[in-house]
Amino acid sequence: MKTARAVAIPLLLQLALGGAARVTLPVAQAEEYPVPPPPLSDGIFPCSDCHADLEPDPTPRVLGMHEEIVERFHHAEAQRWCLDCHNPSDRDKLRLANGELIDFGESYKLCGQCHGTNFRDWRAGVHGKRTGMWNGRKEYRLCVHCHDPHRPRFAPIAPEPEPRRPWAIDTASEGEPSAPPPAHGQHGSE
Amino acid sequence: MSTTRDPHDTISRRSFLKLAGLGSLAIPAGSADASIWEAFFRKSFREMNRDEVGAMLERLERRYAEEHGYQLAVKVTGPLPGVKYGYGLDLSRCVGCRRCVYGCVQENNQSRDPQLHWITVLRFAKGEKWVNDLERADAYYHAEAVPEDGYFYMPVQCQHCEDSPCEKACPTKATWREPDGIVVIDYDWCIGCRFCMAACPYGARRFNWGEPGLPAAELNPDTHYLGNRPRPKGVVEKCSFCIQRVRENPGRYPACVEICPVGARKFGNLLDPASEIRYCIDNKRVFRLKEDLNTNPKFFYFFAT
Amino acid sequence: MRNFLAALRMVLQGNRFYYAWLGLLLALIALGIIAYLRQLEAGLIVTAMRDPVSWGFYISNFTFLVGVAAAAVLLVVPAYIYNFKPIKEIVLFGELLAVAAMVMCMLFVIVDMGHVDRLAHLLPVIGTMNFPSSLLAWDILALSGYLLINLFISFYALYKMAHSRDYSLSIIKPLIILSIPWAVSIHTVTAFLYNGLSSRPFWNASILAPRFLASAFCSGPAVMILIFQIVRRVSRIDIDNKALFKIAELIAYAMGINLFLFAAEFFKEFYSGSVHLAPMQYLYFGLHGHSPLVPWMWTAFLFNLCAFLIFLNPRSRQNFLTLNLACVLVIIGVYIEKGMGLVIPGFVPSTLGEIYDYSPSWVEKGVTVGIWALGALIYTLLLKFAMPVYTGALRFYAKD
Repeated sequence: MKTARAVAIPLLLQLALGGAARVTLPVAQAEEYPVPPPPLSDGIFPCSDCHADLEPDPTPRVLGMHEEIVERFHHAEAQRWCLDCHNPSDRDKLRLANGELIDFGESYKLCGQCHGTNFRDWRAGVHGKRTGMWNGRKEYRLCVHCHDPHRPRFAPIAPEPEPRRPWAIDTASEGEPSAPPPAHGQHGSE
Repeated sequence: MSTTRDPHDTISRRSFLKLAGLGSLAIPAGSADASIWEAFFRKSFREMNRDEVGAMLERLERRYAEEHGYQLAVKVTGPLPGVKYGYGLDLSRCVGCRRCVYGCVQENNQSRDPQLHWITVLRFAKGEKWVNDLERADAYYHAEAVPEDGYFYMPVQCQHCEDSPCEKACPTKATWREPDGIVVIDYDWCIGCRFCMAACPYGARRFNWGEPGLPAAELNPDTHYLGNRPRPKGVVEKCSFCIQRVRENPGRYPACVEICPVGARKFGNLLDPASEIRYCIDNKRVFRLKEDLNTNPKFFYFFAT
Repeated sequence: MRNFLAALRMVLQGNRFYYAWLGLLLALIALGIIAYLRQLEAGLIVTAMRDPVSWGFYISNFTFLVGVAAAAVLLVVPAYIYNFKPIKEIVLFGELLAVAAMVMCMLFVIVDMGHVDRLAHLLPVIGTMNFPSSLLAWDILALSGYLLINLFISFYALYKMAHSRDYSLSIIKPLIILSIPWAVSIHTVTAFLYNGLSSRPFWNASILAPRFLASAFCSGPAVMILIFQIVRRVSRIDIDNKALFKIAELIAYAMGINLFLFAAEFFKEFYSGSVHLAPMQYLYFGLHGHSPLVPWMWTAFLFNLCAFLIFLNPRSRQNFLTLNLACVLVIIGVYIEKGMGLVIPGFVPSTLGEIYDYSPSWVEKGVTVGIWALGALIYTLLLKFAMPVYTGALRFYAKD
């Protein structure tokens, strides 16, 4: 979630500043679903930096490495582990169930294997956030821009302040919950 | 379509007068500025021809600069052919974070103080009555984090009804439905009787009870005459589907769509079968608020999951 | 011109009480003007109205006064249908009251406007009147037409009288006949203004217009009974007791119908108990702990009921003490019921379910008092002019 926002915010800024140069991925689908680069963790990618010299161990197990991911990992963990998605031989690729290797920038294909209905809605522009031009080029986001792939459920966020009460539209200072004067009751509290 | 400023304008002199405290008179009597009288005797927006609209825009932009220090351009971009706007809101996604409320305030130059919002986010307790009994709704929920356990949220704004009760009610035709379906208000024609507010079933119309407080530094200078240009006190205003954005070709999504962190808000052309909004209508179960009133809104609520 | 001066002299002469009364009214008007200037400067934010309750005290007073204006003229009905002489002679005073009430109505609408400088946008031809779609457009036409008719009838009659000539029945009679359905229509159109709004279940009840008329038939004539007694006291005009008692009897019937219609609505809402009950509940029992209008509404109900019983009983309606008491009860009762009791529950709960307990601000009260004082002043001056004309004390051309 944190990383998703970190990417989304500069992107929004870019859009607001008149849609400056957008990075598109060198894959066939990039034209169809223009997405910004994936939110890769700093200092980890490319994975091959470390994994090139390591012998892949295909046994599902609790890793001694990547503690940070292991701790938060909560994504059908009973059924899956790292190498169901990460490709053991070329670590800079992801692997679909049929063995096809894909770039991190195409990860929606991987997600779409299980989340078919969401993938269908996403392609139509209905699942997930869509920006850009309503009648022109649209900005898609990868699933992982909003959902942490290792823990996809949305974390709660802090809401913006509640509106001022009718009698206090011009008195309360911004953001402060306005206390009702004795003459008026509080709506919605019984 | 915004007009260029007249080089012979005497802004500096007028600004000086304003500084001297003379130019800020609210009542036109005694003012030497003829534009106030032109404004007073002008026709309604829909009756103006091109030249009159041009002159009016120039007058407007000058007045904004003089009275509030706003440097802005007022567009009158017309509707795109073959377009009828529709809006979708995914209730299964909305987390009630109110980003849309404040994103709208910034984009559409709402008054900061007195506070005026175009979007109301209602909170309902799960399992309680809701669509037909909004009395159980709470617009003033205060939470550390959303979504809260046991609650769900429903933002409400102008539903841009095809059979809009407000348009019917307005005694001066100051509000009407454009060919692209956007229900707009001419803030310079509205007399502030608030009959439309009594007529609107969605609480979408908001009144400028006091002088709108909008610091020049927070102004969005890209404005439309029928949309987000700064309003005077004593007139009604409401959501215009970000008319200043969506009438461009290509046009950006409305600000609330753009800011929604969970992608709950969808927007598009109802007449285009490939549009996002048509996809929602064709594939999801949509409903519209207060359908019993036959207002025929172009704002669709749906549940994507 | 000479005539005008003569009339002016007549109007400006009076005893100490008269001047004290005028002074009081002028002071209240000044208060109203000060309050209104404050509102003009700061905007309607100085009122207690807000988005959830976007109409308040001004429109409440407007609604009540439309009823008074309509009913003052409806006295014409018994006068002409039954040819009841004692009432026929005093119809003029009812018409003058309608004029004053109509002016007040218009002022209440004007002070409620956010942009009074754009009033002309409402007019046909000059502005862009949304006729026939907007009921407010209908109301403007109905109300201003009504004002003109009553102004014409009363001034034409007074003019002729002042010149010691008989007024032409062929001119007056069609207008009076016209004014009857017109009086019904101003109140019906005003009721429809609320009635047509499907978003407001409290108003969106077919019984609204009949209730409006029934309650107007109570408050308007009650005001007239009080005024006739004053007229009788301060002038040589002889108003037959029979006329007053007949009007009182009419009020009894009207109040009977009003209470019945109220009961019908009360039953429907509470027995069926749908979500549309909320405004009624807010009015009479309170909603989610909000009950600012509850004491007022029960007061109104009790006053109306007591007044009904007093007017119904021939002995109590022919006793001036109880008669006047009942008149006062009716006026207060209907003022609450048709004023705040009608306007506010249309907005509470709001269309988004918000409960905002509205009660008028000092500015609203000040402006309202000012308008009432102005209405009273207009009526006082009209009466001051009409009474001597009526008795023959004022004649522009002496007959000698």
